[in-house]
Amino acid sequence: MDYNIDGLAPVVITNKIEITERVFIYQFKRAFNFEAGQVIGISVFDNTDEKMPRMYSIASGNNDELVSILFNVKETGWLTPLLAKKEVGDTIYITAPSGNFLDNNESAFWIATGTGIAPFHSMLQSGSSGQKTLIHGARKLDSFYFEDSFLNVNHLSYIRCCSQEEGNSIYFGRLTQYLKEYNNLPHDQKYYLCGVPEMVVEVRDILIDKGVPYQQIVAEIYF
Amino acid sequence: MKQELLGKTLKELQEIVGELGLPKFTAKQIADWLYKKDIQSIDEMSNLSKKARQLLNEQFEIGYVAPVKVQTSVDGTKKYLYPTATDKFIEAAYIPDKDRATLCVSSQIGCKMGCLFCMTAKQGFQGQLSTGQIINQIKSLPEFEKLTNIVYMGMGEPFDNIEGVMKSTEILTSDYGFGWSPKRITVSTIGIIPAMRTFLANSKCHLAISLHTPFDEERKEIMPIQNVYPISEIIDELRSYEFTQHRRVSFEYIMFKGINDSSKHVKELARLLNGLNCRINLIRFHPIPGTPLEGTSIEKMEQFRDQLISKGIMTTIRKSRGEDIFAACGLLSTKELLKKQEGDH
Repeated sequence: MDYNIDGLAPVVITNKIEITERVFIYQFKRAFNFEAGQVIGISVFDNTDEKMPRMYSIASGNNDELVSILFNVKETGWLTPLLAKKEVGDTIYITAPSGNFLDNNESAFWIATGTGIAPFHSMLQSGSSGQKTLIHGARKLDSFYFEDSFLNVNHLSYIRCCSQEEGNSIYFGRLTQYLKEYNNLPHDQKYYLCGVPEMVVEVRDILIDKGVPYQQIVAEIYF
Repeated sequence: MKQELLGKTLKELQEIVGELGLPKFTAKQIADWLYKKDIQSIDEMSNLSKKARQLLNEQFEIGYVAPVKVQTSVDGTKKYLYPTATDKFIEAAYIPDKDRATLCVSSQIGCKMGCLFCMTAKQGFQGQLSTGQIINQIKSLPEFEKLTNIVYMGMGEPFDNIEGVMKSTEILTSDYGFGWSPKRITVSTIGIIPAMRTFLANSKCHLAISLHTPFDEERKEIMPIQNVYPISEIIDELRSYEFTQHRRVSFEYIMFKGINDSSKHVKELARLLNGLNCRINLIRFHPIPGTPLEGTSIEKMEQFRDQLISKGIMTTIRKSRGEDIFAACGLLSTKELLKKQEGDH
């Protein structure tokens, strides 16, 4: 990839999928290597003079031909309303992949809300090993993004918590409530958290309150 | 809803007067009224034509918002609470100290960074502050005339609101604005590298970095940002810039008992910062509810400081101020107020 002086390189959108209202997956050809769990900066501009790129976790596997990015449109944000107007064939700009929110390939808990599921999807698609427990929180039943990928995976226990709608085999309530009711959380496994800051901070407090050493908690924040 | 004029840069004011069909020099006159004088309404801008004032009044207001509450510490520190139009609150801490008077301003309501040791993190993120809301904390401060220094160390991560921070420091340091020396201003960051580059390329204000441990794995455990911008990369980036007395870089280091206060940390800090003209400020940890962390004793902090000095790193222990009113480092939060307000509605 040829990154310009602001660290941005152009990529052409090859697929645009609206998976639920105002939530999109954009795909473009992979021309770089990355580790599952890493992020890339995204912008609709080729410079950082006015606006800084926003960071997004890569949602696809590290050997996939296409790179997938999952985002929801935040009407008050500067980027996503503009990004959502882009179509297949349009150019957007990305930074090189970076970040250390990486799978340990051991038994671990993955905890995500909303689009915070993206790095875990990347880890799974990249061949993550070790027994995982994925706890996924969403408000609506149609917001368990990538759920088909997580169902029926041998080494993955997939728990969905829906706070506003009831569904079959789905915990009805907030993810944080589920965790509060969860007895005997192991203290010797890593807990990977990804989502909005409020969720990350609240879940971390619950885990610490349940005796999980803070050193076992790895948090990825959205900003 | 009218737009606030406070917080507009000269360029933005020129755009406004251009759109209103007013002479270009009107922008400089408005800036004078906003940043060098003390008025409460556009009508008081007496050197503007009546037509100009009328046109401005139709779409704009000054944007001053007085604090609604002040708490005073036994040590003289004052914590001011400013309301926002969206029923949220902004905190700023005024810290008088002999011949200095520092204002610690907020750049966001809440914070997204999720640091384990910080009270602001616990309230999550409620929004960016506009440039006007940042400037208002300064201009509407009852002790405005006494201020000698501004530190961007209140609620929020300044470099997650780089636009508001850059514009506000421009207004503070420009001739058309407050005309302050950039040496009186320090912006503190957790280390968002792209925004830090913008700041260093365009501002002469001092920079402070929240370091807290030189070890990557330890920093990850207490500061999630380490997963995205590791401290080693932040330091590498800083090495491309020159730091002198005119523009300093300092490192904030909150001391946690048994976590980051060993000789091993001294050695690694010396290695990490080798060749960088900088200083370290050691800060006492102010415990927050439910924290698994404890503060290092003052005796141990003094030993740690002396060890760093012996390695050639200028190190000081920052005085803890305003602890009794929750104005001290890491304690600012309007979470309870927001909760109360939600309950009232």
